[in-house]
Amino acid sequence: MSEELHDVRLRVNGASYDLRVPARRLLSDALRHDLGLTGTHVGCEHGVCGACTVLLDGAPVRACLMLAVSAQDQEVTTVEGLGNADGSLSNVQQGFAECHGLQCGFCTPGFLTTITAGLRDNPTPTHEECRDMIAGNLCRCTGYQNIVKAVERAAELGLETPEDGS
Amino acid sequence: MTTKLMGQGVQRVEDQRFLRGQGRYVDDVAVDPATLHAAVLRSPHAHARIVDIDVDAVLDLEGVHAVWTHEDLTGPMAEPLPLLIPHPALTHGRTQYALARDEVNYAGEAVAFVVADDRYLAEDALDRIRVTYDVLAPVVGIDAARAADRLVHDDVPGNVGARMEQGTGDAQAAIAKAPHRLELDLTVERSACTPLEGRGTVARWDPDSNRMQVWTSTQSSTGVRAVVAVKLGLDLGQVDVITPDVGGGFGVKINHPWPEELLVPLAARTLGRTVKFTEDRREHFVSSAHERGQVQHIEVGFDDDGRLLGLDVEFWHDHGAYTPYGLIVPIITSTQLLGPYKPEVYRVVFESLYTNTVMVTPYRGAGRPQGCFAMERTMDAIAAYLGKDRAEVRATNFIQPDEFPYDQGLIFQDGRELEYDSGDYPASLEKIKALVGWDDFPAFQKEMAAVGRKVGIGLACYVEGTGVGPYEGAHVHIETTGKVKVATGLTTQGQGHATVFAQLVADELGVRFEDVEVVTGDTRRMPYAVGTFASRAAVMSGSAIHLAARRAKEKVLKIAADALEAAEEDLQIVDGVVSVKGSPGTALDLGTVSVLSNPLRYAFDEASKAATQFSVGDPGKPPVPEDEEPGLEGRDFYSPERATFASGMHAVIVETDPDTAEITILKYAVVHDCGRLINPMIVEGQIHGGVAQGVAGALYERMAYDENGQLQNASFMDFLMPYVTEVPDGIDIDHLETPSPLNPLGIKGAGEAGVIPSAAVFAAAIEDAERIPITAMPISPSELFHLRQEHTP
Repeated sequence: MSEELHDVRLRVNGASYDLRVPARRLLSDALRHDLGLTGTHVGCEHGVCGACTVLLDGAPVRACLMLAVSAQDQEVTTVEGLGNADGSLSNVQQGFAECHGLQCGFCTPGFLTTITAGLRDNPTPTHEECRDMIAGNLCRCTGYQNIVKAVERAAELGLETPEDGS
Repeated sequence: MTTKLMGQGVQRVEDQRFLRGQGRYVDDVAVDPATLHAAVLRSPHAHARIVDIDVDAVLDLEGVHAVWTHEDLTGPMAEPLPLLIPHPALTHGRTQYALARDEVNYAGEAVAFVVADDRYLAEDALDRIRVTYDVLAPVVGIDAARAADRLVHDDVPGNVGARMEQGTGDAQAAIAKAPHRLELDLTVERSACTPLEGRGTVARWDPDSNRMQVWTSTQSSTGVRAVVAVKLGLDLGQVDVITPDVGGGFGVKINHPWPEELLVPLAARTLGRTVKFTEDRREHFVSSAHERGQVQHIEVGFDDDGRLLGLDVEFWHDHGAYTPYGLIVPIITSTQLLGPYKPEVYRVVFESLYTNTVMVTPYRGAGRPQGCFAMERTMDAIAAYLGKDRAEVRATNFIQPDEFPYDQGLIFQDGRELEYDSGDYPASLEKIKALVGWDDFPAFQKEMAAVGRKVGIGLACYVEGTGVGPYEGAHVHIETTGKVKVATGLTTQGQGHATVFAQLVADELGVRFEDVEVVTGDTRRMPYAVGTFASRAAVMSGSAIHLAARRAKEKVLKIAADALEAAEEDLQIVDGVVSVKGSPGTALDLGTVSVLSNPLRYAFDEASKAATQFSVGDPGKPPVPEDEEPGLEGRDFYSPERATFASGMHAVIVETDPDTAEITILKYAVVHDCGRLINPMIVEGQIHGGVAQGVAGALYERMAYDENGQLQNASFMDFLMPYVTEVPDGIDIDHLETPSPLNPLGIKGAGEAGVIPSAAVFAAAIEDAERIPITAMPISPSELFHLRQEHTP
């Protein structure tokens, strides 16, 4: 017997998508496999690593702990939606590039979304606040040293060239 | 003149796609509703005989396409998986089957394989498979394996897979004669690589061209290719393996083939559909590989200065249920244990033991952290016994800079002599002492004690054999656009190969960095390769790429000299333009040289007109000169006589809470010598990551098996991988650059170093703070708390 499907309208990075998915379809799987937005990564499927973090109406959430049907009518922002309209890197992305804030890149999307929200809420973080901002995401490559620097650099860039905080 | 890029902290080219969410990891391949998804039924028992497997209920499920058990496998697929690295001492090597036959030997072993429309349905199907097991008592832990009351494999007496001994003389006699003697018993627990991306494989069988295409998250694409061909009965030429972006490896992905790396291609060919397997986190814990677990007994004899006169080491290595990777890990422990020191006589013997737990293959450091722990704990014990400074005892035992090459008189993991090529250990020691404030620490410790605070300092030294053979190769192709396409066969898991290799090509060829594009781990582009392990990528592929670029350059100069009617030695290549020195007007760009290198009959654009038969060439000569090939390419291989030996020293200052026994890192310092640096920014990144993994292994991570062989902490909730809050806030790094004489660039490997001395350095610092011997790692606050109670009179 086939599974019951549900209609859901997902708004992702400003575009609308109509999907028919089973109730149990995770938001992370819907983004990756149904919409082909594979920038959101899945590292643990139990909400600990933070690689799948997306912004839901601007707030960081674990896409692996949420069902796609429950994202109806909410604005989802994934890593693919973080760059500037002209195709250039956002300040957070630029900070990572300049500070060697990533190695294998698998956890990076979750850090980028988390920090994007963090700097929006606190554009001038102290060093301790930069560390706190990323304290819910796991990275196995960098030892976090350069991610902290990247947050500090992104904040600096934000003061030089403030971005539209959408 | 272009600035040399060797030694520059060039920003990484790969980051542009990663930062935009455009990386392509294996689960990002074949995102298509037509792709089928696999799931694996795994043994819930650590040790059991399989009585019966009933899959009848599975095929009724809508969306399920096929199910395999061992009974369904034929030919080579039904045979055990390969034993990748045989060794004469491995007298009782055993490997698992792609799907268990008759018996399971660890909780997590693959039993059945289901392919369905999506992963959800495939997992539903697993729930319907009924397996009847006859459960056996498992062997868990080194003590149980040594006791051998029960056997993992009925035909392996004593659970001993291998016993191996090496030495330089009669260590026991040397110890007996020594003025002072000590014995130590040490333990290191299991841990694991734990990359953020687990294992994954996608396969597509193309019936039109009779070809198998496999994408897999591996550290050896050529290894996977060879075994897929053998196991599926295909010619090597029918199989392509492409390693996409890999979300971390740290060693675990060098093992191959995983059962799924064979079952996915088998399913793809059988079903005529693209099939994907992506493991979840729990599967990674219970069905990939672990490392580190060892018990060690050390006997040492030394003189009044602490000089090692005799060193006799015996250790027991837990290799889990199977031995696909041979004895590499314990051989490395037994040889690299010596570090920068030169005991007068050394003997080591180890037993590699079976247990009913996940198998053991190399994890970053690969046996070195355990060896370093053994040796450095011994150094600290000698210093304590003699009442000497710990740094001084080490310095007394160093191999001196004028003693290189230094032959340790043992055989290393690559079957070659353990001969160190270069190093400067006294200089490193001076640097690390200055960096951490070694000489000032006793005053600080006293000051802290006066206010009721406990602080301690630790020091640990290591030597790492990097860049082992047999070889790597490279292909450099200058296209008619002037762009340079580079391929090397080993794979990339975040080391920034696309950047560092492009730096080398830009320097050697005289082209712009932006014009160089590097591909790794694609067997279509470079079918001869070994893999990424043993900190070998920069040394092996870096050297091969440098040599291949030189070959391409030689060809450029030959053709350009002809075309410009100049002598080769008068030419220079700057920013992709060949010109006559001192006469910049007489020049050709590399794209044009590429056009000239390939005589054409047919023009396809403006540039190619210049290479057609009525435009170029001496009608009296063959269009392609004898001993030449068309195209502007260079290909070369690098195969060194032996490994090159990097080294380093770490120091840490910790504080232990007098009430809670919480361990806090106050300062972490690293001195690192990996020869000439290609990109210091990337090397420091590697060190940062290694140190964090070292902190993890010393203070947090372990595999908590219970007596039934069940892994109790197989999730990120319970396996304590450090967040930023657990790692040092800042790591002080100083470099020493002692070039290797073994390769053209003078480089040594850097990837694993950061993790090697961690268990040793933290044990030393905690011991210094607590004045309690620390003999087992990792150590948690509660363990330290209990140690305090045991040592309170």
